[in-house]
Amino acid sequence: MTTTTGTTASGLSGAIKDGVGTSPRRPDGTLKVTGEFAYSSDMWTEDMLWGMTLRSPHPHALIKGVDITEALRLPGVYAVLTHEDVPGEKRYGLEYLDQPVLAEGKVRYQGEPVAIVAADHPETARRALERIRVDYEVLAPVSDPIRAAFDPDCPLVHEAGSLPAHRQYNQNGNQVRYQPIRTGAFAEGASVEELRARADVTVSGSYEVGMQDQAFLGPESGLAVPAEDGGIDLYIATQWLHVDQRQIAPCLGLPADRVRLTLAGVGGAFGAREDLSMQIHACLLALRTGRPVKIVYNREESFFGHVHRHPARMEYEHGALADGTLVYATMRIVLDGGAYASTTPAVVGVASSLGIGPYEVPNVLVDAYGVYTTNPPCGAMRGFGAVQACFGYESQMDRLAERLGMHPVDLRLKNAVAQGSRIITGQVIDSPLPMAEMLIRARDAPMPPERAALPDPGDPRILPGGMANTSHGEGVVRGVGYGVGLKNLCFSEGFDDHSTARVRLEVIGGEPTVLVHTAAAEVGQGLVTIKGQIARTELGVEQVTIHPADTRVGSAGSSSASRQSYMTGGAVKNACEAVRERVFGLVRERGLVAPDHASALLSLSGGKVLSATEGVLVSLVELLGDSAVEETREYRHRLTQMIDPVTGQGDSHTQFGMCVHRAVVDVDVELGLVKVVEMTAVQDVGRALHPQQLAGQIQGATTQGIGLALMEEIQVKDSVIRNPSFTDYLIPTIADTPPMRLDILECPDPQAPYGLRGVGEPGTLSSTPAVVAAVRAATGRALSRTPVRPEDIVGIERA
Amino acid sequence: MQFLSPATLAEALAAKGEQPDAVPIMGGTDVMVELNFDKHRPPALIDLTRIAELREWRVEPGHLRLGAGVPYTEIIDRLRGRAPGLAMAARAVASPQIRNRGSVGGNLGGGSPAGDAHPPLLAADATIELASARGVRRVAAREFYLGPRRTARQDDELITAVLLPEPAGPQQFCKIGTRNAMVIAVASFALALNGRTREVGTGIGSAGPTPLRARAAEEFIAAELDWDEATAPAPTAVRRFGELVAATARPIDDVRGSAEYRKHALSVMARRTLAWAVTDYRKEIATCA
Repeated sequence: MTTTTGTTASGLSGAIKDGVGTSPRRPDGTLKVTGEFAYSSDMWTEDMLWGMTLRSPHPHALIKGVDITEALRLPGVYAVLTHEDVPGEKRYGLEYLDQPVLAEGKVRYQGEPVAIVAADHPETARRALERIRVDYEVLAPVSDPIRAAFDPDCPLVHEAGSLPAHRQYNQNGNQVRYQPIRTGAFAEGASVEELRARADVTVSGSYEVGMQDQAFLGPESGLAVPAEDGGIDLYIATQWLHVDQRQIAPCLGLPADRVRLTLAGVGGAFGAREDLSMQIHACLLALRTGRPVKIVYNREESFFGHVHRHPARMEYEHGALADGTLVYATMRIVLDGGAYASTTPAVVGVASSLGIGPYEVPNVLVDAYGVYTTNPPCGAMRGFGAVQACFGYESQMDRLAERLGMHPVDLRLKNAVAQGSRIITGQVIDSPLPMAEMLIRARDAPMPPERAALPDPGDPRILPGGMANTSHGEGVVRGVGYGVGLKNLCFSEGFDDHSTARVRLEVIGGEPTVLVHTAAAEVGQGLVTIKGQIARTELGVEQVTIHPADTRVGSAGSSSASRQSYMTGGAVKNACEAVRERVFGLVRERGLVAPDHASALLSLSGGKVLSATEGVLVSLVELLGDSAVEETREYRHRLTQMIDPVTGQGDSHTQFGMCVHRAVVDVDVELGLVKVVEMTAVQDVGRALHPQQLAGQIQGATTQGIGLALMEEIQVKDSVIRNPSFTDYLIPTIADTPPMRLDILECPDPQAPYGLRGVGEPGTLSSTPAVVAAVRAATGRALSRTPVRPEDIVGIERA
Repeated sequence: MQFLSPATLAEALAAKGEQPDAVPIMGGTDVMVELNFDKHRPPALIDLTRIAELREWRVEPGHLRLGAGVPYTEIIDRLRGRAPGLAMAARAVASPQIRNRGSVGGNLGGGSPAGDAHPPLLAADATIELASARGVRRVAAREFYLGPRRTARQDDELITAVLLPEPAGPQQFCKIGTRNAMVIAVASFALALNGRTREVGTGIGSAGPTPLRARAAEEFIAAELDWDEATAPAPTAVRRFGELVAATARPIDDVRGSAEYRKHALSVMARRTLAWAVTDYRKEIATCA
């Protein structure tokens, strides 16, 4: 059950059916619900071989030798490849080229690929893996991120001099990136002691965020088909076709134009498909055997086959005046990047620049570190560094409010940023950010009824423990908590972030029809619907076809950072405008209006060209005949800057998004079990292009945040994953997902297409601290670690 | 891997006798997971789904005879009165899809201490029926669980049924999981009061190498309870009962929870289920009087 309130009229829908601002059905919706949708793992071709990966059982070991002889002898095995068979670059990576295609001499995490096999049956491939002999010399894992960051005697995960230098990232030892930020008195060299003296109260705390998995549907899979030109066609579930292409081609020793990618059915992504998994492996096997090769991970392999959310250790200190005005804040965050860099530098950039949250603080000292360890590699996940920091700073705000005897919302209101404020990098928030109003709306939303007031207060479905019948009300205490998060939207720190769209208008079967072609990955978020809505709205044509995403059109950038409606939406809008302008040109050429008739007077509607002064001029069917109008356009958001590696100053972000959550929970304080009773989310979305999908994004973000608050953690001990399955990596079920009250504000951002604001991520930030705060309120316990475990609630130490 | 599909129980028993390491399969909710995760590659599977009698239940003098393959859904829908503790446990099993396929026979065959069906069978003093080409024998649930995933079932035997004594008092079950559905038990507990014999039965799940019975706790609280009026037992007695249950458990630290938490949770579950059962018992007495 979801209640949506707030301003919903976007004023954009115009007359056209299923245009911007309406909620047309997804073309893939029914197929997915009925189980008929073809995911990447469903692909099949004649003559196809199955690829499989041999992975290291050890997190840290030298490889003394790999013997593939017995594997090759097995009938049905067509190829067994090791690092020696990689024809081009041996390493790849999103930011640092530090990850081997196949391990060479050393493995740095449990599950690192060592060899790959192609066989005529998956079972044959599995048996071949068993016959590969790898001689390992096991090394002690580098599993403690704090030691990895700060102990000069800690072994290096990557040998000195083996990594490319990125000076702006302050690389040092196992530190992938170190980003300091100093503002106010701290920028002038003041000590923390001096600032403490200016504050009436100080609070400090250590916080920890566990390793969350994206837990997408549809484990990694794809099909590589060798082509006659010596190149390869790869059908793949990914988030960004062109960044895959950019990394795959050099390793195959092929030019980029001979590595052609087409998006296959994606189950979900949440950041986990930003890095490569089986892409290069499948291509290598296909090129070697001359046969199509399909690789499909199962769920267990998937836990080793993609990056996770960085676990974080944080130390915070806040000082305030007696009235709650913040005087200073310090933060140290150590983000465990695991064995390879992936997007760790960018995650550090976000965690540092947003490390104190959406609060006015005149004096700030931040030290943010991303480190190499031999733990599972970590990279992109929804919220991207901002999630971890948000748990820290929001926990601090609650602690400070308690110390001051203030309502947690009042303390936040006292220090809230707004349009015109600067964040700690010095960047001005230059579009609407109604944080104070959002906080008040979350606080004042109607409370769910007390359990005792419900018709059946003993219904187990509304109690902690659910149908497992652990309580009939005994030990159950209600708590309320709040969380606010500030998220950067689109890519930051000087990245040339752009998207490309090709739009073609022609008459097919007597109907004007639009074809929209982009390389943007539909990963479940609904961009496939948005692109059609924009084309309908801009071209006044109902019939829109969405071309499959592939690399035959320019890059659309990644389906991440809440950016696709903004960026690919912007590109589709630009391309549509260009097509429209050419149509108006045709109208003038044909003499249907005067040559100087202004475009501003012309419009496309209902498949016709209209003039504001002269009415209907011509139908598109008549105007276009057999010809087509096609335009390709790029869209770029405004330029951003790297933040300074010493001062941490710079306009690094494109756009800001914010969500405010209020969580209401019932906690069984004796058993440590939690039932989330209700979540209220207040989010400013600029403009809602598809209100139903937008609500789904906020509900999903909220739920993923509940998961991180209460159950989701990859448990890693001595760099070994202890729970690589959905049996023991728990994600919320519908019984854990409460009714949500969504309050959606639309304050347009003048910089963005249609004034929209990315919506995918902000809710993942605020949901977790709100739930944990509510559990704290119910239990009185400090709870400085997320996910909160039953042991933490009842006060039992857990090893 | 061989796939055998006997049409009758006799054929199935003959097959199991000839190939004792063949694994029987019905709903597949446990066996298929093992296969898919490559944990176990048995030489043969014996598909029991064609044997109708395994899916049947009937009331016999003094007990309910529950075919080993009766799905949990049917236990929940049809047997809440005759097997209340087991029905409560069945409701806590996994998801609706799995409850439609999974059955008590699978829990008993797998012998995992985390199986939700075990504690209520122990508490209710159920009997397991085992059949082989050699004949049929019955083993008390309380003597069935021998070690980690090891039971009294011989290699050539199939589990054909469970006999549940007619309830002579309230039964309860509860289980801890870190989410509110679809979760393997961190710890579970079942309780049965028998007003006729004035005995208390218990069962502990997921807190030892096998499902366990808290015998000292049973005897202690049976002596403490007011069987005539069912007045609430003294708080000290309730607490002691919880302590004795927890003391029986032999849990370990693992990914699902710590040993100490499991003991703590068992003591809480024992106290709560006792209070619920005594309240229900008082109502039963009042209704009968």
